[in-house]
Amino acid sequence: MTTQHISLTVNGETREADVEPRLLLVHLIRDVFGLTGTHIGCDTSHCGACTVHVNGTSAKACTMLAVQADGTAIKTIEGMADGATLHPLQQGFWDQHGLQCGFCTPGMIMQAASLLAENPDPSEAEIREGISGNLCRCTGYVNIVKAIQQAAGEMRAAAEVPADQAAAAAS
Amino acid sequence: MIPPQFDYVRPSSLDDALRILTEREGEAKLLAGGYSLIPLLKLRLAQPGLLVDLRDVGGMAGIVHSDDWISIGARTTHAEIHAHASEGDKLPFLAEVAGGIGDPQVRNWGTIGGSVAHADPASDWSAALIALRADIVCRSTTGERVVNAREFFLDTFVTALEPTEVITEIRIPRRPRHAGAAYDMLERKAGDFSTAGSAAVIQLADDGTIAKAGIGLTGVAETPFAVTDAEAALTGQRPSEEVFRAAGAAAGAQSRPVSDVRGPVEYKRAMAAEMTVRALRRATQRAMAYG
Repeated sequence: MTTQHISLTVNGETREADVEPRLLLVHLIRDVFGLTGTHIGCDTSHCGACTVHVNGTSAKACTMLAVQADGTAIKTIEGMADGATLHPLQQGFWDQHGLQCGFCTPGMIMQAASLLAENPDPSEAEIREGISGNLCRCTGYVNIVKAIQQAAGEMRAAAEVPADQAAAAAS
Repeated sequence: MIPPQFDYVRPSSLDDALRILTEREGEAKLLAGGYSLIPLLKLRLAQPGLLVDLRDVGGMAGIVHSDDWISIGARTTHAEIHAHASEGDKLPFLAEVAGGIGDPQVRNWGTIGGSVAHADPASDWSAALIALRADIVCRSTTGERVVNAREFFLDTFVTALEPTEVITEIRIPRRPRHAGAAYDMLERKAGDFSTAGSAAVIQLADDGTIAKAGIGLTGVAETPFAVTDAEAALTGQRPSEEVFRAAGAAAGAQSRPVSDVRGPVEYKRAMAAEMTVRALRRATQRAMAYG
């Protein structure tokens, strides 16, 4: 079987690789690029631990081939923090004790980010539906929901600041 | 789990994809979202020599409304269909089918054409398209062929699609006057395949009787199927709980479930009946509300 040359960006950085067509995206990310924040849980598209963003859309990286991601922009948990400043979702999971063992957390945060991009002010039910493809076996989800609610509030507040500044500048 | 080895091509046009399918007949498998095929590859239930990725093929995506049809491109994702159908609550039936599939990540990448071609025995789209009497448009190098959903699903993972054909679009007949549809399914846990799912389409005559009914069941046979006995029990009748119960009983009786982790045969028959009754109630309410 011939390998294929692929080129993509991962957390804003251009990466290239020669891969077998059967290589899964999650193995490319972890084994080839060494970004082990993306976890492999069930390996059967159920648990969501491997969730990453592909061109801004959340995907289970165990159910996508690396060759399918050729030319795309991938974002993983390593791309969430801004230097030493945690992403509001990471901070939310920290503050609200949204994790115990932490295995599901990277996927949970990536899926929550996808949810909040679509719906910045979700209800509790919408949060629960939004993370229904991500399994946590420790927390019972209560603190995960709280973490996402905290992050949603902070992200909405942060988004309002530029609008206020714009209004102030216009007046 | 590691898939078996295969070759991979990503043609940039449908014509190229069709040519490759013909040249490598029986050996090539189409890849769209991958959420059905890649799990099969990992389990080695499918071992194609070549994957033909449709990602860069133009067209075949999006939803077009014409006088006769709602045409859905085969590469349209469940999430795209859900978003389109939810706008202004204009297509509640398609919204509830598309929005109930798998989980958000599955809906982001899984496509209607992929789902139909995969033909899982518990597929939601299959039941819905059977109830709607939708057409499946299949293209090959020699031309186009239209197969009704009722003739398309032959057995578990087996369809009327030829190895040299690509599903290009799904055509759903435009809703007639006084018609409504609903989908009810029972799932064991969030994101699971249906234990039993029933799609019901009801069209009322001017006198309030049922002029035409379509019922598709999923999860309770080797493949989703049209519950012709229930459709016959409904046609010409005035909608009532008694008539719905009779149709539900017919749905249970026509089911051919197997006992598994989702329940024993008797339970699944009972759930096929119950989901059918629930879908019929809501479909009829919608038919009356739409006028």
